[in-house]
Amino acid sequence: MAELTLKSVGKTYAGGVDAVTDVTIDIKDGEFIVLVGPSGCGKSTLLRMVAGLETVTRGDVQIGGRRVNDLDPAERDIAMVFQNYALYPHMSVRDNMAYGLKNRGESKAVIEERVAEAARMLELGQYLDRKPRALSGGQRQRVAMGRAIVRQPAAFLFDEPLSNLDAKLRVSMRMEIRKLQQRLGTTSLYVTHDQLEAMTLADRLVVLNGGRIEQIGAPLEVYRKPASTFVASFIGAPAMSLLDAHIEGGQLLLEGHALARLGNAAGPVTLGLRAEDLRIVDTGLPMRVDYIEELGAQRIIHGMVGDQALAVTDTHDTPLGPEVRVALDPARLHLFDAQTGRRMDKRVEQVSVPA
Amino acid sequence: MQKIKPFDHLILILGALFLCAPVVMALMSSTHTAVDVHSNGLSLLPGGNGIETYTKVLTHRGGFTGDVTGLLMLRNSLIMGLGFAVGKIVLSMMAAYALVYFRFRFATLLFWAIFATLLLPLEVRIMPSYQVMSELHLLNTYTGLIVPLLASATGTFFFRQFFRSVPDELLEAARIDGAGPVKFFIDVLVPLSKTMMAAIFIIMFIYGWNQYLWPLLMTTDESFYTLMRGIKSILQVWVGSQIPDYNEAFALAVLAMVPPVAVVVIFQRMFIKGLTESDK
Amino acid sequence: MTDTPLNMVEADRTLVMRLRAWWSGETATPAKRVQFDRPLTPWLFLLPQLAVVVIFFYWPSVQAVTSSFYLEDPFGFGATFVGMENYTDALNSSEYLGTAAFTAFFCVVVTALALGIGLLLAVKADKVIRGAESYKTLLISVYAIAPPVAGLIGMMFFDMHMGPLKDLAAWFGYDLKVGINYWDTATALIVIAVWKQIPYNFIFFLSGLQSVPVSVREAALIDARSGWRRFWDITLPLLAPTAFFLLVINITYTMFDTFPIIDVIVKDKPANNPMTLVYKVYLDGFKGNDIGGSSAQSVILMGVVALLTVLQFRFLERRVHYG
Ligand SMILES: Nc1ncnc2c1ncn2[C@@H]1O[C@H](COP(=O)(O)OP(=O)(O)O)[C@@H](O)[C@H]1O
Ligand SMILES: [Mg+2]
Repeated sequence: MAELTLKSVGKTYAGGVDAVTDVTIDIKDGEFIVLVGPSGCGKSTLLRMVAGLETVTRGDVQIGGRRVNDLDPAERDIAMVFQNYALYPHMSVRDNMAYGLKNRGESKAVIEERVAEAARMLELGQYLDRKPRALSGGQRQRVAMGRAIVRQPAAFLFDEPLSNLDAKLRVSMRMEIRKLQQRLGTTSLYVTHDQLEAMTLADRLVVLNGGRIEQIGAPLEVYRKPASTFVASFIGAPAMSLLDAHIEGGQLLLEGHALARLGNAAGPVTLGLRAEDLRIVDTGLPMRVDYIEELGAQRIIHGMVGDQALAVTDTHDTPLGPEVRVALDPARLHLFDAQTGRRMDKRVEQVSVPA
Repeated sequence: MQKIKPFDHLILILGALFLCAPVVMALMSSTHTAVDVHSNGLSLLPGGNGIETYTKVLTHRGGFTGDVTGLLMLRNSLIMGLGFAVGKIVLSMMAAYALVYFRFRFATLLFWAIFATLLLPLEVRIMPSYQVMSELHLLNTYTGLIVPLLASATGTFFFRQFFRSVPDELLEAARIDGAGPVKFFIDVLVPLSKTMMAAIFIIMFIYGWNQYLWPLLMTTDESFYTLMRGIKSILQVWVGSQIPDYNEAFALAVLAMVPPVAVVVIFQRMFIKGLTESDK
Repeated sequence: MTDTPLNMVEADRTLVMRLRAWWSGETATPAKRVQFDRPLTPWLFLLPQLAVVVIFFYWPSVQAVTSSFYLEDPFGFGATFVGMENYTDALNSSEYLGTAAFTAFFCVVVTALALGIGLLLAVKADKVIRGAESYKTLLISVYAIAPPVAGLIGMMFFDMHMGPLKDLAAWFGYDLKVGINYWDTATALIVIAVWKQIPYNFIFFLSGLQSVPVSVREAALIDARSGWRRFWDITLPLLAPTAFFLLVINITYTMFDTFPIIDVIVKDKPANNPMTLVYKVYLDGFKGNDIGGSSAQSVILMGVVALLTVLQFRFLERRVHYG
């Protein structure tokens, strides 16, 4: 158990690809950090640098205050769970879990006890003598977890460990991982491209884009105050609608409709609206209905304001005409710089409901 | 975490040297005169006699009949390699197709009848094979050189494996489209097997080109000599000669190894695929 | 990669089932879900292969078996039935037994060396990054060289007059006489046979190594510090199917495919030179005109090869399953 520190870490692959640029994260002891971002944004690269599977091109990686840049993976006191589990196919479940401990010279009694303990926690007891190929996907996943647990490492590293499971199993394993981690209190770094998985697991999220950190923060904080249009559209489902708007004479204008009085400087802005912050009302912003996604408890109405797409969550099931009116809460609208996409502070003065 | 390990490179370099140095020395020595080789040993550097040696080996009429030249042997080796490869692919694809895609009586029996040939290499039944060939008057013919070697199921086995891995839906779709067995074979299966055919072709070409024992027995007529057979005769001439024609022997060896080695190096990827996926 | 049903696990692993699967090579289910149902067409497709197999495989094989029970007159005046005599003669002859012993020795040494060196080179080639392709090309290229060519080149290296290996031995004070001294010739045969076979083993070991999933290697990297440990505990067991397959192939190779090498080095001068059983079949049959004896030896060899091939065949299927 230990804190984990990344200081201005960067990675340039041999071919010249800059996979990770200037990443600094301070992970507290026992914290569960999720690295999230689209495919190819450098999540695995970052994780593998912590594991020692890739060399660190720039910066420092510290585990428990010790700089580990030049240590072999086996010396870093970490455990890793791989996407395809990476179980040793020729070893029984028991040996898979025990192998790392044996190599560290633990005594037979200790190994046995830890394997038994992990097997109990993960309900693997009856499979200990099986080979991995005789296990289901979910069970293999558990074995991979068990292999990590028995080491009692300073940190767990997960690289998309649930991606190979079907949707239902993924949800239940997600919960199990979270419970296990809370029980063991082991610092964890978890990589996923699934924002929902990230939101539900993380103490803090690290959103990566193109090898750089876009935002670090608690899930709700990131959700409520996305630092950029990238984060805004990546976190949350349905994705936040981003629309071209501008401020003129203290009015926020969207497609000619005044939405709110703002104290911000005049000029073009990107307006971010979450579907659940909008309501269907009798008078408000007019929207042409495109299609409706029925989700049971609610429906998502996709439509167009001018020629820009907007999504609205609605909990009613009354039939809708070709055009609806939408109301918004000015406290919940997001403004981003039209050029850089960075979040802007907004100075709300008053809502104006266009007729 | 990759660290450069000089020791690994050392071993690889030693291995490459052990494997390749003899070939390079054979190549280089073939460009020296026989006397030069005799007195100075093998050479790592080219000599000045290359053109002469190779011209002689390729065009000089030798043998008992005074008819056989290196060019002729080269041609025969080529016929042997190509004929064998083509024959093998045609026969085994057809047979494998029948075995995989048809339901008919005795299919299992025939499968075993063909695959039993994997049990006995030619070397083991060489004597009776020779007798059969002479009874059929196939000695000293290209047919006799090539066709009997086709009686082994390696190719059939491979294509059978490959056809079995082709998705079932393909045949189902083709049948819905109204394709009969011949059409399906020619329009769907053959194009689908192209890379596999190429890979097998390379391996079989090398196998045919490199045949030694069979041509040795089948050909007494020197106009059917292959390069491998030529190597045997050049060695027979050596016995008793003062300074053997080392350079010519090397030149012949070089001629015999350049085409297959070139094929392997050029089509390395395909060759490895064919080899490791078909298992010989 | 979603959940595979659990019941398919250990149920079908009983010994009987395994044995049956071992021998049959075929499952009871047809190769394809849908097949053509024509009485004649499959025969047309099979005909060429069948004709070749019957004429050039079964006919001579039957002849080999029958003539092994006859004593054929060297001058071609008929043959007398002698029962098992040819077999007992062969198995009682010290010459035959000596050849058999050498063949076994030759097999063990060549197989061990060719496998060992091939594996060593493959492991190293798998490890390096710089120059990996060049090493690979260099190490593979020799594969295509025909055994007689290998024999010829090898012979030159061991040549009495200008062979560099002869000089090397002389430098150590040893007088290397290949073709005259039994063990010197054996050494030459072994060196050439190993040289020729290394690339084949290298190719298979390398592709075996490269089919070990990257993540499994990485997991091992986290679990074990010592590279030697990782090789021993993880890589080698995962290579076992490849190694076993190669073992059979290498034995077959040393027994049969080394024929040209022996022919080139020994050059029909069997006196006091080592040779393999296959070479003896050829010598007795073609040079000694002992057709019955040669056939009996053939049949004995057939037994050995049949055994080897069954092993190989079974193993091949298993390799395929490993994927
Ligand atoms: N071994 C490598 N060599 C060169 N480029 C690589 C290598 N591995 C990954 N990359 C590149 O680095 C970037 C980040 O990859 P990765 O960390 O695997 O992304 P993620 O896990 O977020 O999907 C990608 O552009 C990828 O193509
Ligand atoms: Mg990744």
